[in-house]
Amino acid sequence: MTSYRVPAERDPVRPGADRPLTILVDGEPVTGTAGQTIAGVLLGAGRREWRTTTTGGAPRGVFCGIGVCFDCLVEVNGLRDVRACLRRAQDGDVVTPQGPEATA
Amino acid sequence: MSGTRRDATRDVVVVGAGPAGLAAARAAATAGARVTLLDAADGLGGQYWRHLPAERPADREGLLHHRWATYGELDDALRAHPDVTVLPSAQVWSLERLDSGIRLNVLVGEPDGAGREALVLEPDALVLATGAHDRTLPFPGWQLPGVYSAGAAQALAKGERVAVGWRVVVAGAGPFLLPVVSSLLQTGADVVGVHEASRLGSLARGWLNRPWELVGAAGKAGELAGYVRDLVRHRVPWRPGEAVVAAHGDGRVEAVTVARLDERWAPVAGTERRIEADAVCVSHGFTPRLELAIAAGCDLTPDRFVVVDETQATSVPGVWAAGEVTGIGGADAALAEGAVAGTAAAGGDTCTGAARAAGRARTRARGFAARIKAAHGIRGGWTGWLRDDTVVCRCEETTYGRVREVVELTGSHEPRSVKLTSRAGLGPCQARMCGRTLQELLDGPEATDVAPPTVDRRPFVVPVRLGDLAALPSTSRPSASASNPEETGHEPAF
Repeated sequence: MTSYRVPAERDPVRPGADRPLTILVDGEPVTGTAGQTIAGVLLGAGRREWRTTTTGGAPRGVFCGIGVCFDCLVEVNGLRDVRACLRRAQDGDVVTPQGPEATA
Repeated sequence: MSGTRRDATRDVVVVGAGPAGLAAARAAATAGARVTLLDAADGLGGQYWRHLPAERPADREGLLHHRWATYGELDDALRAHPDVTVLPSAQVWSLERLDSGIRLNVLVGEPDGAGREALVLEPDALVLATGAHDRTLPFPGWQLPGVYSAGAAQALAKGERVAVGWRVVVAGAGPFLLPVVSSLLQTGADVVGVHEASRLGSLARGWLNRPWELVGAAGKAGELAGYVRDLVRHRVPWRPGEAVVAAHGDGRVEAVTVARLDERWAPVAGTERRIEADAVCVSHGFTPRLELAIAAGCDLTPDRFVVVDETQATSVPGVWAAGEVTGIGGADAALAEGAVAGTAAAGGDTCTGAARAAGRARTRARGFAARIKAAHGIRGGWTGWLRDDTVVCRCEETTYGRVREVVELTGSHEPRSVKLTSRAGLGPCQARMCGRTLQELLDGPEATDVAPPTVDRRPFVVPVRLGDLAALPSTSRPSASASNPEETGHEPAF
């Protein structure tokens, strides 16, 4: 059991039509909806961890969700150290989880 | 801005577009100023009104919010006003004090993007409405994926329609846990329990003392009643005097240990029980975002909020502050303070009936903030749930044992030297997550209210890419004092 996107048919806010987008995460397609952040796409698809820490090699994902903790950093289209919880996903974004070899 | 000005209109810059900043911007424009409203996010509303982006319209989004109509009015008024420039995705990365006033260095564009547009603002008046973020005390396993700050769970629910898990434990302290539970329930998640660290005695002393004062806060009481209704309807157990003292799992959360706490928040041995969960949301209060206020030289209160007078003026001429940076009072207070600050910053009359009404709302909210502190304020016994291998600094993975070892080895209780030796607080978050915790571990809990603001000082408000720094015009490059890495606690650039 893990994180999920609220199914439209059961969402009390009555969302409009879904506009799907697909990002590539480590070469694997992950589908979300237009307007989601990269973290939103990943969590919505049930992926809770993507970064590996520099020192301990431990898995991390979202912690603060609002751009403060820097735990969710990813590489997006070749640019490192992007906070996944802030960056809106674009269809076709190539997302590479960051490993221990780099940060800052 | 001031350099190209051709008339007497005041240029007011408002930083932060939550309730306080929105109200400040509107009030300043109403009072005749030319207003620029900046927010680092790409939408307005701040954390309180964090909402779905324009690409995801929803017929009944207001269900997720309180005072949603107020947000709509403010947003419409600002976008329609000819003298208001709304600038989203605008990250203020440093503030400089000049002889002539204040200079803000801003990057506009995608968050953490390369090649963002640099903007330099030198307003006549500045309103700081930078808000606050959750504060989570460390506990064993809090670094596991699946452990979130309570604010994250709410931001994901309101801004993404994402549930952090199916079986969720909520824990920490304060009334803010309740709207988080409501947000989780609206995603369809099962909230298996809410564990509030404060015991009933403290809660009663904080909330039931002089109850007639609460009459004026009827709006807030109604909001709280709504959250309590949600708890009851969904049969979510609310347990005072308890805390999540550990999270367990192989690479992700699978269960937590909950224990009873004594009056000082120390876990009571033998009361531990294990609860299966796939997500845990924990917050123990809020940390104001003080970077710009400190860089501007604003005086702080002993418990480290920005000092303001009755017009929301800070100790620095030309700088006003409103909202959670001046005290944790909630959205009502923020709206009232913002209105006063905006009017004053624009040079308007703060003695009008509307301003006096705002002043009264602010006084009520201040009372509310005092109650929150009395009922839910962090008590020193929490360190009883730390173990030597508990991660204190999430970025650098510095453990509690390592911090204690460094203190013993160096004989220093001074945060800067302990940070440099243990590396705690030197990671990309610039000690936002662990700074205050580290300071309390070094000083002891009784000293927290008199600590100097060293752990909150960050001349680089966010890390800035080297390429962006190099591309800036020379006038807006940081001065030598601002780039001292000891001061920033982190190499300023990626």
